[in-house]
This record gives sequence, structure tokens and C-alpha cells, in this order.
Amino acid sequence: MARVIVDVMLKPEILDAQGQAIARALPRLGFTGVASVRQGKRFEVEIDGPADDAALAEVRKMAETLLANTVIEDFTLRVE
Amino acid sequence: MSTARVGVITFPGSLDDRDAARAVRLAEARAVPLWHADPDLHGVDAVILPGGFSYGDYLRAGAIARFAPVMQELIPAARAGLPVLGICNGFQVLCESHLLPGALIRNENLHFGCHDQRLRVENTETAWTSEYSPGQEVVIPVKNGEGRYVADAATLSELEREGRVVARYLGVNPNGSMNDIAGVTNEAGNVVGLMPHPEHAIEELTGPGTDGLPFFTSVLKRLVNA
Repeated sequence: MARVIVDVMLKPEILDAQGQAIARALPRLGFTGVASVRQGKRFEVEIDGPADDAALAEVRKMAETLLANTVIEDFTLRVE
Repeated sequence: MSTARVGVITFPGSLDDRDAARAVRLAEARAVPLWHADPDLHGVDAVILPGGFSYGDYLRAGAIARFAPVMQELIPAARAGLPVLGICNGFQVLCESHLLPGALIRNENLHFGCHDQRLRVENTETAWTSEYSPGQEVVIPVKNGEGRYVADAATLSELEREGRVVARYLGVNPNGSMNDIAGVTNEAGNVVGLMPHPEHAIEELTGPGTDGLPFFTSVLKRLVNA
């Protein structure tokens, strides 16, 4: 059993309105020194076998097919 | 009533499927209910993907609906020329299906907007807009939380160059869509995605007017003349 983490983020050129709203809220809550915030999604994919190349390739395919919309989002994979 | 049959797909969470079917009937075509889990288009002549929150908008709006059994029939049929109109959530499904370019994301102001919206119809060559006159200004309700149309610079300039922006917001841009885009079409002009709701502007009694009706009469005219 292994856990693969897929992080999905809006592409840098896409305006992240939610991240901006959070960044604007932080100073009002007394948090200073924040230059910017971007919001994304994290998926924890548990797989039955080891996180070998074949399994990672399969998770990558999942990410491209469903977890991310690659028109507007980038994703990264890592084994935890 | 014409014998043209226009299918309206119901997904779990669709809201405006009945209104869309009613608009089809007011345009004097036959409305055929289609079910998300039934991989059969039942020989319809055109298809409408209605507004709502298919599959609760889980993951991304339209992301799950795109894999519904009925879509596995619809996607190749649309590529082969079947007229398809996606309204609001239907537009999101068409983008997730890659039948239309770009994507629809959270409104710039993060608010769900719901109001009568002025639009300019820019492309009257599509299967769904031929009954408008070029540049016609109309009022059609818009209601969305994730209606901001985005596409990369190359896609956007291609859409503009090829005249594939079907409708544009006039006055206030309600969601921050790039180039004020309210609707786009594919290269062939048979697939149209529209964020505003023409099915809510088909009668004086229940809408701001009847400016939405030509979407439905346009496709009927095309089917009758085919």
C-alpha cells in the first residue's frame, strides 16, 4: 500500500480569485507580510501495490483524465 | 408541431431541463427527455445540455457529467455534426468534454450572480443562432457562480479571428469572462456553449421577454430545412 499525493493548481496565468480574496483577508486578521496566496486542490490516492513506475504512470493518467482540467490547471505527483 | 426531435439531457443535479424542454415545445419542436445513465440518444436531431449543478459540481463543474454514459454517445455525435447547445452547466460540460475550447471558472468577484443581462449576438451562422440578426442586442437572464470564461491567448485569438464568439456581455461583465465572452461555438458551428439562459427568456409572462426563443427556433429551422 502506498499513497500518492496529487497537487492541482490553477496555471499561473489564470487569475485565482479565491486565492486573491484570501490574500486580502489575511491582513485584516492581523497577518502581515503575505505577498500572495494561491489556492489549489490536494488528492491523496491510496494504491494497493507499491508506488512503482507503472503505478505512478497510472496515477498520472488519472490526474490528466479526471483530477485536473489541464486546460486551466497544472498538477504534480509525489509519493508520501 | 414539427417532427423535429430535440433531446434534453437530465443529469443528477440538472435544474433547467424542464424549462429547456418547454422552450423546445414553444419553438414547436418535440422535446425528448434523455437520461444521463442511458447511453442512447434515441435518434434525436439535436441535443440540449441544460443548466444546473450536475453531480453537485463535485471536483469541477461539468467534470463528472462529462463521463456520464450518455456523453459517450453524444461526444462522437457532436463531432460528426449533431447540433448541441450547452447552457450554463451544459457549457461547462462541453468545455470539460473538449467539444469547446477553454474553461469556465469561479466568477472574478466570487459572487453567484443572477440578473437579466444585455448581450450582443455576434455569430448568427451557428445551428443555434441563425434566427438572430448579426449584432442584435438581446436581454437574457444570467445566473452562475462559475461562469468566467478563460482560455489561453492563442485559443482566444483563434476564437476572435474565426468569429467563434457567439455572444458577448454588454454593460457589466457579470463574471470577469475574458473578452466579455458569454458563448462560443466549435469550428463547424453545430456545438454552442452559452452561459446565459435563453430558456428563461421565451415568454413575456415568466421572463424579461422572448429574446431567448430564437436559439430554439434556429435549430428547428435548420432541422426542417436539412
